[in-house]
Amino acid sequence: MQGFRVASPMEQFEIIPIVDLSLGSIDISLTNSAVWMLIGTGAIIAFFFAATRRAAIIPGRLQSTAEVLYEFVSDLVRDTVGPEGRKFFPYVFTLFVWILVANLFGMIPSLPGLPKAAHTFTTTSHLVVTLALAMVTITIVIVYGFYKNGLGFFKLFAPSGQPFYMYFLLVPIEVVSFLSRPLSLAIRLFANMFAGHIILKLFAGFVVSLIGAGGFLAVVGILPFIGAAAVTALEFLVAFLQAYVFAILTCIYLNDAVHAADH
Amino acid sequence: MSVFALVSAAAAAAGEAAQGAAESSGGLPQLDFATWPSQLFWLTLTFGGLYWLMAGRFLPAIGGAIEERRDRIADDLDQASEFKRQAEDAETAYNQALAEAKAKAQAIAADTRAEVDSEIADMQAETDAKLAGRLEKAEARINDMKAEASAKVAEAATDATRAIVEKLIDEVPTDDAVARAVANIAR
Repeated sequence: MQGFRVASPMEQFEIIPIVDLSLGSIDISLTNSAVWMLIGTGAIIAFFFAATRRAAIIPGRLQSTAEVLYEFVSDLVRDTVGPEGRKFFPYVFTLFVWILVANLFGMIPSLPGLPKAAHTFTTTSHLVVTLALAMVTITIVIVYGFYKNGLGFFKLFAPSGQPFYMYFLLVPIEVVSFLSRPLSLAIRLFANMFAGHIILKLFAGFVVSLIGAGGFLAVVGILPFIGAAAVTALEFLVAFLQAYVFAILTCIYLNDAVHAADH
Repeated sequence: MSVFALVSAAAAAAGEAAQGAAESSGGLPQLDFATWPSQLFWLTLTFGGLYWLMAGRFLPAIGGAIEERRDRIADDLDQASEFKRQAEDAETAYNQALAEAKAKAQAIAADTRAEVDSEIADMQAETDAKLAGRLEKAEARINDMKAEASAKVAEAATDATRAIVEKLIDEVPTDDAVARAVANIAR
């Protein structure tokens, strides 16, 4: 069985330091996670650098792709937040593209035989990453909400047009709902990436185990293989969908910040 | 049987996997807080850097290109409609000129026809007058010749009458009597 050692589905999430670095007493080692953040971000920068090198009236292939992305997110922000959302567009765009690339690059298969530190790593499968992004969104919502509406921002917790006794019920619900936003935002993305990759590795593990068992079971191994292929296709959809959901929820929360006083 | 085998194999694999997980770490790698500062640092670096480049460079470039294209298309459409308007103006002018030219041509044709008609009428009148003159002259000549002829006939008749009377009665009648007798017969 030595040749068929099945990797634990958890091993893919391990953070492995590559270069030890520290900032004062804080550990900022270059890890496999950091490497994949750099690869993803570097790829995005390279793509947009190439796409905008010659901004032409008649766009080339790269520029067309960049423009499709631009219009997609631009429409998303305009439809959800309205014209005032324009100032948040760079943030939402960066968020969408960064998460999309992190999710998609996590789907690249690792080359067999490489040391673990060189395996593909999905940076968005870590709670701290998604939580940090969610906190940035919520911080923008709160800071801009108070800056724009002053104390009128609190109207967000008291939807108008209700009988007064309803507010005893509504306000706590709205407060809890508001406070749970960053958590739900963070956990939705993290859990989707985490669960998807676990299922993928479980199916792959079944294939290896069944082939290792030999005989008739090796033939049955085709079933989890088909399953793994299907889940891979599904994961590509999830990778896009979760980036989109994160971006659109950010827009919806920003809309609250912009229009809190209108409630 | 085969289903049972599959399930048992799956269970074995899952068990092995779970065991592997238990071996590799005490819990979720995600909840190993020691790795959080490093992840946060690199996230801030990459995401922040990307935001800086997007907001400062890439997005304005893409937006500018889209905007410029929109302006250009709008300009081109404006220009096209301007050209269309000019073309329509030219067509109207052409039609007007054509109508004027037609009217002028008709007027010229009518004038020419009238002129030619009057010329023809003049020539005809002239010819008629000439013919009438000639006819008159011819008639006059005929009358003259008739009168001359009748005078000659009368003279001959008178001479003959005188000769006949002279022969018959041997007496020369007076000119008056002969003239009267010839006139009575000629009447």
